[in-house]
Amino acid sequence: MILVVAEVRGGTLNRASWEAVACAQQAGAGEPLAIVVPGGGDAARLLAEAGVGDVLSVEHEALAAYTPDVQVAVVAQVMAQTSPRLVVMAHTYQARDYAPRLAARLRVPLVADVVGVKGSGAAATFLRPMFQGKLVAEVAPQGVGPAVVSCQIGAFRADAVVKGAPAAVRAVTATIDAAPAQTVEAPFQEARQAVDLSQAERIVAVGRGIKAQDQIAVAERLAAAMGAEMAASRPICDNGWLPMDRQVGSSGQTVSPKLYVALGISGAIQHLVGMKGSRTIVAINKDADAPIFEVADYGIVGDLFEIVPALTAELEKPR
Amino acid sequence: MKIAVCIKQVPTREWQPRLTDDRTWIREADASFEMNEPDAYALEEALRLREKHGGEVVVCSAGPARVQQVMREALARGADRGVHVDAPALAAADGFTVAAALAHAMREEAFDLVLTGLQSDDQGHAQTGVALAELLGIPHSTIIMDVEAGDGRVRVKRELEGGWFQWVSMPTPALLTIQSGINQLRYATLKGIMAAKKKEIRSVAPPAGLEPGLKILALSLPSKSKQTALIDGTPAAAAAELVRRLRDEARAL
Repeated sequence: MILVVAEVRGGTLNRASWEAVACAQQAGAGEPLAIVVPGGGDAARLLAEAGVGDVLSVEHEALAAYTPDVQVAVVAQVMAQTSPRLVVMAHTYQARDYAPRLAARLRVPLVADVVGVKGSGAAATFLRPMFQGKLVAEVAPQGVGPAVVSCQIGAFRADAVVKGAPAAVRAVTATIDAAPAQTVEAPFQEARQAVDLSQAERIVAVGRGIKAQDQIAVAERLAAAMGAEMAASRPICDNGWLPMDRQVGSSGQTVSPKLYVALGISGAIQHLVGMKGSRTIVAINKDADAPIFEVADYGIVGDLFEIVPALTAELEKPR
Repeated sequence: MKIAVCIKQVPTREWQPRLTDDRTWIREADASFEMNEPDAYALEEALRLREKHGGEVVVCSAGPARVQQVMREALARGADRGVHVDAPALAAADGFTVAAALAHAMREEAFDLVLTGLQSDDQGHAQTGVALAELLGIPHSTIIMDVEAGDGRVRVKRELEGGWFQWVSMPTPALLTIQSGINQLRYATLKGIMAAKKKEIRSVAPPAGLEPGLKILALSLPSKSKQTALIDGTPAAAAAELVRRLRDEARAL
């Protein structure tokens, strides 16, 4: 049996949980699934209606606001009750926060950020990026006990989930002996996003390859000629070269414009998850092996400081 | 406040991977190394906390002898001393194994606060810090963008997805994994570099019976999800061709 851990945020099922179900179905090849839903509620009903497996709903007041201590206690208890062969979850910030603690406590291996499954059943191995996405590693969990797998957001398709006859939600009780060490306050957003990049038709985005703040003007001229909004990868916003609300990626905005032009962006996965849904992607980078070319439709390998002005000049020519 | 910072030495970002003959690891002899970037931010945060609250910053690292290079760099930036878990096999180890090696050396030090980067630029498991907190029996919080310390507690700003944040408080001792960009990094001064030469790095043998939790069967180049049309030629010719194709083929302009 494979146990999927669904993620509920503010009473709503995180969509990435469906991707975890898809990953588990692929790894199991027909093996039965159980889906534990810490927090239960509508999220549990939604999963039960899809008929993807036995839905175990855990409702407890301590689960109202996520803390790693409570989450580890709950998932560890459900694992003890159900004895799964494999545990699958989405590689969200929440999973990153508690899964290593869960695996360390149970002394079971954790394969994080999985992008593919090779084979199925007990012999399955897992693919995950290493070295900033420059390499893919095929890894095998070692030792005894169920391995825990967290799958990268977007690597498995939610619409690939094979649905079955609706099932009933089964309530499962968890004992929480100790109050969590963490006290949490309400989530908040820094100043309202002044720029809604998700509505932009075209985006010109800059990364580390732009090298200096005063060179951003080179990209801005291209954006003006293209009728595009400016965006950036995380390091550019960390340096304060562009405001935080221009950041695209897992910690910034998710965009899917008609055209996305990546200038000097190597394509770390944290950036790719925020833009790989764009209809047409252009990458300009001096490094032919940069991971950005894995998602690009058009690429130019070369010096962006030569190519971008040429591109701007070309767009400014009367047609 | 007694603060530990765990740092990892990783290949530089510019380095192009070259593999060993059995394709299960990189050819380390061909790589150049640097301090893992998120760990550099963790170090900077520790130095700032020491400036505010006093105390000591101890840099901890697990790996082969070469990792002492980044430990010296941390000492040059202002850390007080180092603890090195010295074992060649830890170079390619998984997150839990590294955490177990560090916990073995760090437990007796009884740190008030342990900081790590949120993940490493090499294997990127994003597990070492959190697993270390479990092994040390202390609470943790991850992906931290601000730290307020005092009165036996820390209040930290945790990054959530999509531009959301949350303040989380917990008693110390505690472990925090630090996000890149939390602060502005300082560079080592000449005086710092000279002073670092005299600072102590204590070498510790790894604990017995460390068994890897993950085995790397093969490393390979990623397969492309799309066929990229690469456009070459002079900058002007490539630009003209790209604009033509974006207009006529992709209809994106």
